[in-house]
Amino acid sequence: MGALDQLYQQLILEHSKAPHGKPLKADYGGESFQVNTTCGDQVRLHVTLGPGDVLEDVSWEGSGCSISQASLSVMTDLVRGKTLEEAATLSADFTELMHTRGQGFDDDAAADALGDAMAFEGVSQFPMRVKCALLGWMALKDAAAKAKAGDHTPAQIPEGWE
Amino acid sequence: MTAGTSAASAGGAASPAGSPGPLTDAEVERLRSDFPILGREVGSQPLAYLDSGATAQRPRRVIRAMAEFVERSNAGVHRGAHTLASEATEAFEGARARVARFVGAPAPEAIVFTSGTTAAVNLLTIALRNLAGGETAGPVPSSAPGLVIRPGDRIVVTEAEHHANLVPWQRLAAQLGAELAWVPVLPNGRLDLAQLDELVTERTRVLAFTHVSNVTGAVTDVQAFVRAAHQVGAIAVMDAAQSAPHLPLCLGDQPASGDVSAAAGVPLGVDFAAFGAHKMFGPGGIGALYGRPELLAALPPAFTGGGMVQAVTMRGTTYLPAPARFEAGTQPVAEAVGWAAALDYLDEDVGGMARIAEYEERLTARLLEAVAGVPGVRLLGPADQTDRLGVASLAIDGVHPHDAGQVLDAAGIAVRVGHHCAMPVHRKLGVRASTRASLAFYNTLAEIDRFGQALAQVRPYFGLTGAAGAEGE
Ligand SMILES: Cc1ncc(COP(=O)(O)O)c(C=O)c1O
Repeated sequence: MGALDQLYQQLILEHSKAPHGKPLKADYGGESFQVNTTCGDQVRLHVTLGPGDVLEDVSWEGSGCSISQASLSVMTDLVRGKTLEEAATLSADFTELMHTRGQGFDDDAAADALGDAMAFEGVSQFPMRVKCALLGWMALKDAAAKAKAGDHTPAQIPEGWE
Repeated sequence: MTAGTSAASAGGAASPAGSPGPLTDAEVERLRSDFPILGREVGSQPLAYLDSGATAQRPRRVIRAMAEFVERSNAGVHRGAHTLASEATEAFEGARARVARFVGAPAPEAIVFTSGTTAAVNLLTIALRNLAGGETAGPVPSSAPGLVIRPGDRIVVTEAEHHANLVPWQRLAAQLGAELAWVPVLPNGRLDLAQLDELVTERTRVLAFTHVSNVTGAVTDVQAFVRAAHQVGAIAVMDAAQSAPHLPLCLGDQPASGDVSAAAGVPLGVDFAAFGAHKMFGPGGIGALYGRPELLAALPPAFTGGGMVQAVTMRGTTYLPAPARFEAGTQPVAEAVGWAAALDYLDEDVGGMARIAEYEERLTARLLEAVAGVPGVRLLGPADQTDRLGVASLAIDGVHPHDAGQVLDAAGIAVRVGHHCAMPVHRKLGVRASTRASLAFYNTLAEIDRFGQALAQVRPYFGLTGAAGAEGE
């Protein structure tokens, strides 16, 4: 079970059992609802922007596999208090990490910035799971863009979800 | 399941294993060696392929037949005077006749080649929409007025459907202003037959149902559905994607002869049926719409273009009769050849679907036993073996299907995770997704035991207790 244990790092299992960022706060600057259609994972995520485009708060509710839940949790810790620009860089770095196919990630500065999120490096060996790890980051990108644009409309929820 | 009625194969080749009775374990071991992929390892474990409900593996006979055709006779069909075109046409039409015999169709013309089950249902719904729109092809038989759907008419489906036999009907109903009703799924995973007569009203034109659910494994009482449909002049449309790989099928009205498998099937008398080669140990990219010849004759085409016309002028076109009318464009000939080879393999090398069905009863019993013994695991669908095939979709307490599938994969066991393209039945049974093991005749009791053992490790791996005697990894 070598590869399996690399995938399910202790940190991932712990976050998935007690995820950070829940419960969802009622107030928000931007809302996103994302689904993973292959397995039915879903997340509703809220962000609030403060002065200087700082992500004052990130909260979410959702259900899914341990990878998607843990990734949302670690992401929340990571981006709270960061500027939109810093969060966008983290998001790009994390996406790149997910596409390394287990071949290693040699951007040390990015690795430092990703911190706990580096625990997901093992996911890159499982292409089918990459989407799970990215679900929260997609929601963040979408909600942040809406908040920045002052678009407070509730997210569209596809029929049959929720 | 009776196998005692198997008739001699009329295909020319004698069937060496044609005697009735289930496949034996020794025979299965031998047959497994016909499937190169079953010999591979995943990680460092021998593969246990328990995902045949998604797509089945192919025996060497299929792979060879396709390669030989491509290496020797590849050409377009029904056109060209050259030798290859003639060989290809013969192979393609031969495959049609082969499929027809295997499923107990009254004639080869009852088989329309499509790219799969999904395409077959869509072809039918598009043709029905065209007919409703006023396009005609031939007289609508008085026995099946259901072919013509008018606003306010009813289309009845079931809650157990794969999206392939649900979404096209939803869409057709919306397009034609018809009403969609459905036979509900009971908490035990079976269809609520008590509601059938009430749901199938006088205005019902179509009753579409799956023969076997790809989630619960429940086998539908086809006779009850066909009777209900025909009482009101509706057409009975069956999704046979999940039954054709496991049961002898006789889609027509007559006890079929000339095929060891079809002869063992109870004549079902459905009006249309859809199925595909890739779950029947054949290639992807080919399947069929079965239709009663007199109904196909009354349907306008779905797709138009080359290969389906009699004559074209700048002002208009006359179409060929069925099945060619429904087969526009260049056809997948190598795939048809591969499919026919798969059916030859099932009849001749395996000895017929009845033998498979009987052997699989043993596998199914073992599978149900294996999952029943694991704490924290709930089976979606009937736990008793009557009218049920070897599919076990599971809800594992506290573990998402994706995670369960990953742990099983690490043990070399291939299962499917997700909603298996059947979201409504999952919702009805209280889950969003499940972990599904689905069997085929090449599976062994030992593989099922391995699955049971690996399943017992899943919850402990994620730190959940209750699995007696299981270790952390
Ligand atoms: C019950 C059922 N119907 C339809 C389909 C779709 O079949 P195809 O892949 O041939 O389009 C499947 C399998 O995916 C199925 O299980």
